[in-house]
Amino acid sequence: MNFWNDPLKVAADWLTGIFVGWGMNDIFAHVLVVFLGIFVLVLILMVIDILLVWIERKVVARFQDRIGPNRLGPFGLIQPFADIIKLLIKEDITPDGADKVVYNIAPMLSMMSVLILWAVVPLAPVMLSVDLNMGVLFIIAAGSIGTLSIIMAGWSSNNKFSVIGAFRQVAVMISFEVPMLAVMLIPTIFSGSMGMNAIIQHQNIWYVFLSPLAALIFMIAAIAELGRAPFDLAEGESELVAGFNVEYSGMKFGMFYAGELLHAFTFGGFWTILFFGGYRFFGLEQVSPFLAIAIILFKAMVGYWVIMWVKYTVMRIRIDQMLAFNWKFLTPVAFVLVMVTALMNALLRGAGSWLYVTGMFLSNIIVAWVSLEIVRSIGKKERERLEGPKQVAEAHH
Amino acid sequence: MTGEQIIFLIVGAVTLICGLLVVTVRNLVHAALWLVATLFGVAILYTLLNASFLAVVQVVVYIGAIAILFIFAVMLTRRQAAETGPSVNTNWWVGALMSVLTFAGLAYLLQTWSGFSKQASSIPSGFDAINQLGEALTSPVGYVLPFEVASVLLLAALVGAVYLAFNKK
Amino acid sequence: MIPLSWYLILAAGLFSIGLFGVLARRNAVAILLGVELMLNAVNINLVAFWRYGDVSLMAGQVFAIIVFAVAAAEVAVGLALVISVYRRRNTVVAEELDLLKW
Repeated sequence: MNFWNDPLKVAADWLTGIFVGWGMNDIFAHVLVVFLGIFVLVLILMVIDILLVWIERKVVARFQDRIGPNRLGPFGLIQPFADIIKLLIKEDITPDGADKVVYNIAPMLSMMSVLILWAVVPLAPVMLSVDLNMGVLFIIAAGSIGTLSIIMAGWSSNNKFSVIGAFRQVAVMISFEVPMLAVMLIPTIFSGSMGMNAIIQHQNIWYVFLSPLAALIFMIAAIAELGRAPFDLAEGESELVAGFNVEYSGMKFGMFYAGELLHAFTFGGFWTILFFGGYRFFGLEQVSPFLAIAIILFKAMVGYWVIMWVKYTVMRIRIDQMLAFNWKFLTPVAFVLVMVTALMNALLRGAGSWLYVTGMFLSNIIVAWVSLEIVRSIGKKERERLEGPKQVAEAHH
Repeated sequence: MTGEQIIFLIVGAVTLICGLLVVTVRNLVHAALWLVATLFGVAILYTLLNASFLAVVQVVVYIGAIAILFIFAVMLTRRQAAETGPSVNTNWWVGALMSVLTFAGLAYLLQTWSGFSKQASSIPSGFDAINQLGEALTSPVGYVLPFEVASVLLLAALVGAVYLAFNKK
Repeated sequence: MIPLSWYLILAAGLFSIGLFGVLARRNAVAILLGVELMLNAVNINLVAFWRYGDVSLMAGQVFAIIVFAVAAAEVAVGLALVISVYRRRNTVVAEELDLLKW
């Protein structure tokens, strides 16, 4: 085991050796090394976050047929640093009737809920923070803490618009957790485990080919969880000032904003882990863990690009339309999909792999088509009820 | 004092203190947030007891749903912005006496049990709690009937809560 | 190693704190907060007995999951009732809900 094959273990052993040589006892040295590892991971994530700000501004500019920031540094690469300096030197205002402790903790909790998600992301076959055998459920749990931070932010700002924005955002988030959890059961059924590393190891064929509808529903639910357009009614600038973070200025707002971008990138990462093979790419990940890290980061960036693409193309949806879409369409379709997938998995378990793939794919297409037909017929009936039946042109002599 | 004991003492103390704050603070939103801290402490205790699946389910169900529900209910039932009146009854000392007596009675009864100071047996290797739990919850010789009845109970609660809170204008 | 007694005493303590919340608080929502504490104490007991008994008997964890479900159902219906009462009587203080007293 040398550095190129297993960098984390080599580094951890070396550091533990140094600390024990300084006279610490074993357990203390181990705990210290773990803390250093967490610190390094968070540092790298924050640097990626800065890069994400730049990517976001350039990509949105290209979608809107303009160039984006290009004055500071080559291609505007220094722009995020200028943004951070601006946010840091702004005045730290706490509104008059605000609940000081809750007001100040909320942005920290929001950022924390995003950072702890990376504890279950496997960056390489041997580089992962915790090999939790219920990583899928851990994602939902971390999302719950994010929900709590939003409601704390909205309520403590002592501002009616904040409270309304926070209520709406939290209602959307807890509603869309249901289809997301149901759809995350589908890679679990295919791979027999809820652990992220196990799901990637079992993906000889990318699960998006086995269950494209599940990937689609997961992406829709994830975008709603993130609070990004088209589901960003809670903080849409033209609707509700800025929703739950209207009273936040300076770096506290920066933490919400950067946390949202990092959250989007993280869910791009989860989309690729669950459906697009994670760090696997035709065996390249066995060559070196660093190559695996590059593969998964590239795929997560593609997922993040899809999220941005949706944000800057589609219109915003109203809150009652959002909730109706979730409870009347997405949740039933997700549950039916889970049942159909479990049934097909039990029927086709012993079959050859091509039959399995084709059977699953076709069952997905059938579920999607049937649900769209049902929605279409309901829509037609609703339109006829509102407008009256269409008059068929009669032939006049 | 092993590391595990130190962690248990810290987490246990934090849980109890947060629980005490839940039942004594005046501002109800703060009480709901202290409840979140208490529930988190209980989740850590589940992890110490090697029931990690229950710990994650605790965070998802209690903190992610029930605590949020409490915060919503507190915000929707405030007559005015500030809390008026005392936070406890006029006979709160009777309640305090009852709870102290309950604790003393429970502690006394438990310590007369022979297995009171049992140590934990080590978990056999290869024991997968999630697998066993899944099989217990869905096998006909297991606990599938209480599981299904709990689902029906949740459905009834869902329908009942929606009907009760529905604003018929 | 942690003896079982520590967990049992902790659960008993949490239960008593919840009991104080139920008996002494005026606001109906605060009473429900106390009930939640009591349910959590019971769950700690169940899981501790599972761990310190025979680990292969999943009854402890299954019962704890059923308690999760029951607690969620009870909180949902209880808070719906509290909101409904608030709409009619404009108060949630338990002492003021006295229409059925003589």
